[in-house]
Amino acid sequence: MFSYYIKLALVSMRKTPGLVALMVLAIGLGIGAAMTTVTVNYLMGTNPIPHKGDELFAVQLDNWDPNEPHSEPNLPPDQVTYTDAMNLIKSAPAFRQTAQSRTGQVIELNSEQGKDLKPYLATARTNYADFFPMFDVPFIYGSGWSKEEDKNESLVAVLSKETNEKLFGGENSVGKTFIFGSKVMQVVGVLDTWQPLPKFYDLTTGAFDEPEALYVPFTVQVANEWGRSGNTNCWKPVEGTGYQGFIQSECVWIQLWAELPNEDAKQEYKSFIDNYVKDQKILGRFPRPLNNHLNSVPQWLEVQKVVANDAQILMWLSALFLLVCLLNTIGLMLAKFIGKSGEIGLRRAVGASKQSIFNQHLMESCCVGLLGGIFGLLLTWLGLKGIQGLYSNLNASLMQLDLKMAIGSVVLAVVATILAGLYPTIMASRVLPATQLKSQ
Amino acid sequence: MLKMNNVSKAYITDSVKTQALKSFNLQVEAGDFVAVTGPSGSGKTTFLNISGLLEGFCEGQYILDGHDVSKLNDKERSKLRNEKIGFVFQSFNLIPELNLFDNVDVPLRYRGFNKAERKKRIEEALDKVGLGGRMKHYPAQLSGGQQQRVAIARALAGSPAFLLADEPTGNLDSKMAEGVMGLLKEINASGTTIVMVTHDNEQALQASRIIHVRDGQVEELLHQQKAIA
Repeated sequence: MFSYYIKLALVSMRKTPGLVALMVLAIGLGIGAAMTTVTVNYLMGTNPIPHKGDELFAVQLDNWDPNEPHSEPNLPPDQVTYTDAMNLIKSAPAFRQTAQSRTGQVIELNSEQGKDLKPYLATARTNYADFFPMFDVPFIYGSGWSKEEDKNESLVAVLSKETNEKLFGGENSVGKTFIFGSKVMQVVGVLDTWQPLPKFYDLTTGAFDEPEALYVPFTVQVANEWGRSGNTNCWKPVEGTGYQGFIQSECVWIQLWAELPNEDAKQEYKSFIDNYVKDQKILGRFPRPLNNHLNSVPQWLEVQKVVANDAQILMWLSALFLLVCLLNTIGLMLAKFIGKSGEIGLRRAVGASKQSIFNQHLMESCCVGLLGGIFGLLLTWLGLKGIQGLYSNLNASLMQLDLKMAIGSVVLAVVATILAGLYPTIMASRVLPATQLKSQ
Repeated sequence: MLKMNNVSKAYITDSVKTQALKSFNLQVEAGDFVAVTGPSGSGKTTFLNISGLLEGFCEGQYILDGHDVSKLNDKERSKLRNEKIGFVFQSFNLIPELNLFDNVDVPLRYRGFNKAERKKRIEEALDKVGLGGRMKHYPAQLSGGQQQRVAIARALAGSPAFLLADEPTGNLDSKMAEGVMGLLKEINASGTTIVMVTHDNEQALQASRIIHVRDGQVEELLHQQKAIA
């Protein structure tokens, strides 16, 4: 009977193309609006490194103004000072650890090989060697640099795939050199496509921005006194002068991350930073009460409010819009099924049970839902393209419909339409054949 | 075949109670051709609906082919209706979006016959009513008389023991009506029991029995023992 019900559904839909088009439009619009916002919210809030979600920790130390917290409710700053970053990098008991920042410098190729490439300004992430294995950064050529090279302030770099394409035409450039900030840097590795969303390891410069063009040792940034291309926050004036004065200040501008593979390692690290802060208090720093935090990746996304409240409100509004669309669909479906009362009466008379009539109309709801889902999918795609056009600064991957969400859209449409069609379907199965046949 | 004992049916709307059937008694034997006549509002259609299991009743007993129908649930009643009863309505009640083949197929689908069996039965039924060559036509492409023939083919395709016809010629001109009556007589001659509600006395006289219904009760006017050829 399954194929028979599909055939009847198609015949019935052909009979009232206007009503069907209205239902498909209503469902499609509702699904399109809902899935567009759900997709953006889903991608915003997705843990980009789920297998290490509970092993990677953003470190927060409360070295802030004694009179007011960095942010409510009594949260420490989201970055650390250079002094603290260096002390912890040297001594804290982490399996892996990185301090990181960003710098913007002019990039160019040296001599002959770069005559066709104009110098341009590029932003580099400055980090420690552990950054690459910690965050499972994928390489197509070479690898990250070593801890020795961190210590030696070696002029080495890892290029993003795009930068390697731009500088070296996408070939294996390991060992080749280029100029960055007037320094000749040697390529040690080239990344494969890597665009974690959100950019969890640095939420201070835009959670959904594109990753940096290249990666250089943090120690190189400091040794060359390269400026910062990120957020810097200070709760008291810088006392010294020049670059050295700044890095010795209480300004926070460095993101500190630790990889702690188990609960014991986490506890050990936490005790260490608490004791460290207590020691620093003796030296007259850290005027606020002890308030250090280790945030796992999901916690960090939550604490830093990566999914903005207005995005969530928009999602709920679009869910309400879907509900309104479905209520309209109930009305349209009811009108359609009432129009079929004569046929239903006849089918009952010739032997269809209430269950058969119910099944037949449920199948029709499914078919309408499927069409609505496909239309909704198209609208979702258009909606995401539209948002992509409006927010061209954001990472385009944020506005992409993955297979999971695409299937989800269609399934949601079918389920929602079945639910919307339930009342009309029940009413259809309750048609009294005698009344209908008499009124023909 | 069909036995009603003291069947009563009342319709209650708001505060008005309308007694459609009162202690209705009737026995129809296999092979009968029964014409049911009576003025409008006498209870003919209610009788037809109850006998066709399209409506329930308030009191009494109704036995159809050995089954006490008051004890059956919706699924069982639907099955019995499908297997035992064929319906022919005044306004044909064909589904306009389906061609003749698919219209005749409707009751067979609920019987659970396989594809080959259904095809055989549909072709035989349409051949019997003289429309075997027009299976792919749609109802709107046929005359009223032809549409009623399709309805009869649909009623016959499942080989029911019992054909219920409600004013089968009511919407037809006299020539077409004559043709349809001839077809019903042929069907009855081949062994199918027919109960036909009609206003037309001439047609009623072609039946083997005439039941007159007045105020929801039976008055039998004529009982011929032999089937009409």
